[in-house]
Amino acid sequence: MEHIVIIGNGVAGITTARHIRKLSDKKITIISAETEFFFSRTALMYVYMGHMKWDNLKPYEDWFWKKNRLELKTGYVSRVNPEANELEFDSGEKMSYDKLIIASGSISNKFGWPGQDLKGVQGLYSKQDLDLLEENAPDNKVCKRAVIVGGGLIGIEMAEMLRTRDIPVTFLVRESSFWNAVLPPGESDLINRHIREHHIDLRLNANLKEILADENGRARAVVLAESGEEIECSLVVLTPGVSPNIKFLEGSGIEIGRGVKVNRNLETNFKNIYAIGDCAEQHEAIGNRKSIEAVWYTSRMMGEVVAQTICDNPMKYNPGNWFNSAKFLDIEYQTYGWVFPEPGDGEAHFYWEHKNGKKCITINYEKASRKFLGINNFGIRMRHEIFDRWLNEEKSVDHVIENLREANFDPEFFDRYEEEIRNSFKYTPEHKI
Amino acid sequence: MSKLEHNMSLTGDVPKSLGLSQKLAAVLGIAGLFILVLASFNTNFPNKTLWLTISLSAIAIGILWYSYTIYAGKIEGIKNDQVWFRSITNRGVPAWIIGIVLTGFYIVLYFYPKYLGLTSEGDNTGLISFFDPLSKLLSGNPASQWFVYGTLYTVAILAFGVKFLWKYRHNNYEKLRTFSVMFFQLGFAFLIPEFMSRLNSETFSLPYYDLKSIWPLNYYNFEQYRVDQFISAGGIGMAMLIFGVLSIFVITPILTYKYGKRWYCSWVCGCGGLAETAGDSFRHLSDKKQSAWKIERWVVHSVVVFVVLMTTAVIFSYLGDDSKDYWLNRDVFLIGVALLLTTVFALVMIFKRNEFKKDARYGAIGYISIILALIGFYYLSEGSHIFLFEAEKLRVFYGFLIGSIFSGVIGTGFYPIFGNRVWCRFGCPMAAILGFQQRLFSKFRITTNGGQCISCGNCSTYCEMGIDVRAYAQKGENIVRSSCVGCGICSAVCPRGVLKLENDSMDGRINPNEILLGNDVDLMDLLNKK
Repeated sequence: MEHIVIIGNGVAGITTARHIRKLSDKKITIISAETEFFFSRTALMYVYMGHMKWDNLKPYEDWFWKKNRLELKTGYVSRVNPEANELEFDSGEKMSYDKLIIASGSISNKFGWPGQDLKGVQGLYSKQDLDLLEENAPDNKVCKRAVIVGGGLIGIEMAEMLRTRDIPVTFLVRESSFWNAVLPPGESDLINRHIREHHIDLRLNANLKEILADENGRARAVVLAESGEEIECSLVVLTPGVSPNIKFLEGSGIEIGRGVKVNRNLETNFKNIYAIGDCAEQHEAIGNRKSIEAVWYTSRMMGEVVAQTICDNPMKYNPGNWFNSAKFLDIEYQTYGWVFPEPGDGEAHFYWEHKNGKKCITINYEKASRKFLGINNFGIRMRHEIFDRWLNEEKSVDHVIENLREANFDPEFFDRYEEEIRNSFKYTPEHKI
Repeated sequence: MSKLEHNMSLTGDVPKSLGLSQKLAAVLGIAGLFILVLASFNTNFPNKTLWLTISLSAIAIGILWYSYTIYAGKIEGIKNDQVWFRSITNRGVPAWIIGIVLTGFYIVLYFYPKYLGLTSEGDNTGLISFFDPLSKLLSGNPASQWFVYGTLYTVAILAFGVKFLWKYRHNNYEKLRTFSVMFFQLGFAFLIPEFMSRLNSETFSLPYYDLKSIWPLNYYNFEQYRVDQFISAGGIGMAMLIFGVLSIFVITPILTYKYGKRWYCSWVCGCGGLAETAGDSFRHLSDKKQSAWKIERWVVHSVVVFVVLMTTAVIFSYLGDDSKDYWLNRDVFLIGVALLLTTVFALVMIFKRNEFKKDARYGAIGYISIILALIGFYYLSEGSHIFLFEAEKLRVFYGFLIGSIFSGVIGTGFYPIFGNRVWCRFGCPMAAILGFQQRLFSKFRITTNGGQCISCGNCSTYCEMGIDVRAYAQKGENIVRSSCVGCGICSAVCPRGVLKLENDSMDGRINPNEILLGNDVDLMDLLNKK
């Protein structure tokens, strides 16, 4: 019986395993050094916040794996030997495979800051990071202040988490406005205000120079590059993004760049080795997508696809319309299609913001053809299915504005803003036909 | 994960230690309860009206003030911080103490009301008589133990209802739903029946009737003494009796078809009302395991079979044998019941067998056992005896086991241990009947938003009915489950806008997916063909 080995039990690896099991009777082994059972990485924050227990993070009950003959192996793969179709664990143990799927995920970036390896300095990616955070910041007596470095999604999640334990937070963002490499200015500013409303000390245009240690080798303060200001703190959280976790593949002969290089079939340079999820790097980026997509949804989609290929239905990774979501403290965000911080050539942005300053949308469209290109919505939920259809059918911006009600996904009885949005669009001269 | 906080928070979202105003609010509420305890021990209060007012106001204001200190000044949003760290909301010592005290209260209320001051001859004393002023104000009669219970129940729904409104002030669905349960409890369950009893005289008497309490939840509605009362009360009595029959056979099916069972379970019902308000802090304690679901289905449907048989037996036992006396005699009644059940069973098997699938076997078992029992009634009954025992005994046994122990002692007493919907999920025959319809014949569903689910599990964690919502959402599949009471909290706590309670066409309501929206269109077409 063919033996499929999957390195990594995140959403990419688990989705693959589930789909292979549905399609075949192959022997499947899933390896993880992090946890025995699959959990939802995106929900780590809720354990620290006390919304959920660890068990609530597991999408499948523990009996699921045995029942579906998915073998779980706890161990750290230190080497892959593609010539021999064999893995080696750091314990020295070996395991052979017929097909190998690398779904090893990411590691947190560190940019060589002085003091970045001190005690009391950490990122948030893994279960181990969460345990460490519980040690470093159990309450505001042990952790008098935390400094977060990096203005991305994990940074703002960390800020929210720490605030639930009343720990004062200073949030250093390198950019001039929160996440403005992704969000248009109006949206980014709306989130800036919301962060401050939560009593988070948001510092924009702020770079970390170094982390200072106390006599025990623990972080005691950070120094800002611009002003030289020293901020006393007990915890420094580094969240400047993630990169593929592929160090264990160096020297194996598997082609790597920033991630594991794969073709559109998600195959590496070895026919029986595949890479999916955060650790995979496309030779050429697909459309507007990045060549490395470290997103829950794309990991799952790659898993769905590669399972087909492995079960004799070769399939390209050919994702549909881009979509994503996040939640910034109390404000939900969804996006469908493409909206960049600035409109591209021949494109225009329509921005609407509610007077309470907590809801807004940005619609991106082509000026000449009026083709709808994408939407960002904050504080209003939108239907994925409808926007996916409108994008496929290349509907016009006018169609979207007229039919926005159809796309609303807010709970029943919520206030509706379609008319206000429509009026705002109609009476803004630059959006007129 | 983290150490438990030993404080009194019911909300999970409070400063680490109680502030001064929170302490004062807690002391006020407890003082109000203490007055009731004193009254139970026959303390002689000089002015009962004044002291009862003080006591009930102190309890209510204590709860409101405490809630205010927690939510006022907080930014609108989900308030589940630290829920699993607090001993009271994570089955710690205070949770057990509350569970035991509540359980004890129910045991005394149902089985030893003499300790509340119920006196068989002469006036009541103790706690019951302490409520006389309010009872006399409303109905003109002295209080009973049920009046005491009803009053405290109503105060709890109103005060904790306001707390819930504060907590979810950003969510109109939750607000409207909570106004609704507060209204129905205060009006229909509490005030109207009291006012109705003012109409009673020597010659005219209506039974105590909470109009929103529908058979089989109101399992005693068609007992002989009540039916006699309805009939002897003339037009208005007959209207109420007919309303009682229409409630379950006409009104309920129509509303459940249009809106799902939520119209009742989380908008109208008193049990649901208490669970959603006073019980809200314990919703995450429901068991989500698949094994719990299996137990739930057996237990709750067994209760349905039990209540159908019990009610049939009770009505059968007081009907006449002869069709000359009255058209509704024993034979007509039994045949009617059998016909009704056969019709329902046949319709489901003909039109819904694809959706029913494996569960058909269980449905058939339930159906056949009832029909066999009905045949048994016919051949093995004599006078008021059915088989070898009296129908009334069956009723008393049901009332004891289901009406008292299950719905009261376990259902409410154990909120802080098993969660707030134990009764609704495992025991309520009304919920099971509505759920049966909701699963097979209703426009209601919880829609999943394409591929947006991140499997975080907030929805499953905060589902008070123990539904593993995530299991559906992460497959892009709508949630169509008989137990869902439509509280809307899964949708509220979802961080990515994935869930929406909706009434829509029955076509495509159940939509199992292999591949979620967002992936290769060809792959989706290939695998999701229905």
